[in-house]
Amino acid sequence: MTEKNKIETGFASDAQKNPQRVVFVTRNTSAKVTDERGPQVMTYPHLLLREAIALQVLVVALVLVALFWDAPLEQLANPLLTPNPAKAPWYFLGLQELLHYFPPFVAGVIIPTLVVLGLIVIPYFNVNIEGAPIWERRPEQHFRRYAAVIAGLTVFLALFDAWTVLAPTLLIGGLLVWSYYAKPEQSRAAEYLRGRPLSWWLMTWFVAVAMILTLVGTFFRGPGWSWVWPWRAYGA
Amino acid sequence: MATTLQASLDRLRATRVWKSIFRRGPAVTNRSRSQAVFGNLFLHWLPVKVREKALTVRASYYLGSISFLLFIALTVTGILLMFYYHPAVPQAYRDMKDLRFVVSNGVFLRNVHRLAAHLMVLLVFWHMFHVFYRGGYKPPHEFNWVVGVILLLLTLFLSYTGYLLPWDQLAFWAITVGSNIISAMPFVGSKMRFILLGGNVVGENALLRFYVLHVVVLPLAAFFFIGVHFWRVQKDGGLTVRSKNDGKK
Repeated sequence: MTEKNKIETGFASDAQKNPQRVVFVTRNTSAKVTDERGPQVMTYPHLLLREAIALQVLVVALVLVALFWDAPLEQLANPLLTPNPAKAPWYFLGLQELLHYFPPFVAGVIIPTLVVLGLIVIPYFNVNIEGAPIWERRPEQHFRRYAAVIAGLTVFLALFDAWTVLAPTLLIGGLLVWSYYAKPEQSRAAEYLRGRPLSWWLMTWFVAVAMILTLVGTFFRGPGWSWVWPWRAYGA
Repeated sequence: MATTLQASLDRLRATRVWKSIFRRGPAVTNRSRSQAVFGNLFLHWLPVKVREKALTVRASYYLGSISFLLFIALTVTGILLMFYYHPAVPQAYRDMKDLRFVVSNGVFLRNVHRLAAHLMVLLVFWHMFHVFYRGGYKPPHEFNWVVGVILLLLTLFLSYTGYLLPWDQLAFWAITVGSNIISAMPFVGSKMRFILLGGNVVGENALLRFYVLHVVVLPLAAFFFIGVHFWRVQKDGGLTVRSKNDGKK
């Protein structure tokens, strides 16, 4: 009888026999609210109303633009008549621009695979996930490392004559170097850039390169993938 | 006028038929407003409550919402376009001409579909970058970020397969250039290209395959992953909202 009671007290104790402490309230204090994400409102109607407005604005905008901007339709497809230049859809023109510089295996397989894998592992890549500013810890050592990477990239891209990749790389790399030497109280830009983590710099470099490549591929490439100015007609 | 409209709406909401459809009375209390969300098949993947801060335009620019609304608009216009389209060479191209010269509002229909498609690619990219810069990928949102990457790829494939369907010079050569990249893959490249195109060149088999991918396989896959994406937003505790302590050490 006593043995049995010993085992069961942990599961079904009689609160009157074995009182357990649930909460501890000291004098002159109250429960502290740690959540600072602000108040909540009901989804119905607050979110749904905004979604409905978004839908209406979208439909009006779509209809207005579609009334005046016609979808292109060229001649019937002809496998014997290759247009020059033959361009992929605009979101693949960054890749096509890369194909101009690098062998197809690098530009068409390795780089897109690395981009997709890179995007997928972002949240699992635990380095600096709390977003510490880039020059916060051991700045000199890190600066030497980053400067070496930028210099290596510059040489590599210059060897392949990949100027449209090099330009945004130098822009972001230059900003990184500048942010190292700049005093945070010197300007708001310096303060902002010095507060960004490494992940921010990597993504911004990627966005800059992708945007420049896509824009160049869309507007600045003509026959034989030569450089053209979009305001001057070519071909015919 | 407004009061009569309000009164008649209230009377309508109190009827037995209304209650039988919506499974609740008028949404005037927080309890019935909760029921309006979780008791509705089309809304139940939304949270019942949202952070006030998550509703601001700056929190999301509604990029994800608008991408989804574009997907709906593309489904509607796409189904209408399917009524006029044959995935055959050269009938596909003649159908484009028919849309322009014979079908009422055919040009408009095609314009909306094309515009919404380009806009969706653009907004899905923008959505991803915006989520990144807000730190929306951080725990517990890691897996939903991965689902988002899958949705980005599906959006690109949807747009790419649709690109071939008009069967004009623009479509044909864009797909030829794009599919040539696949053959650069080592060992399996030319095989993969053959599977995608149903042949060694872009021809009528490729048109049929792209059509089936574009109107059945990829939209169903996108629909599935959009469901997972929304559901996870709710399960992971809503949009990432910055607390006052962020950015301060």
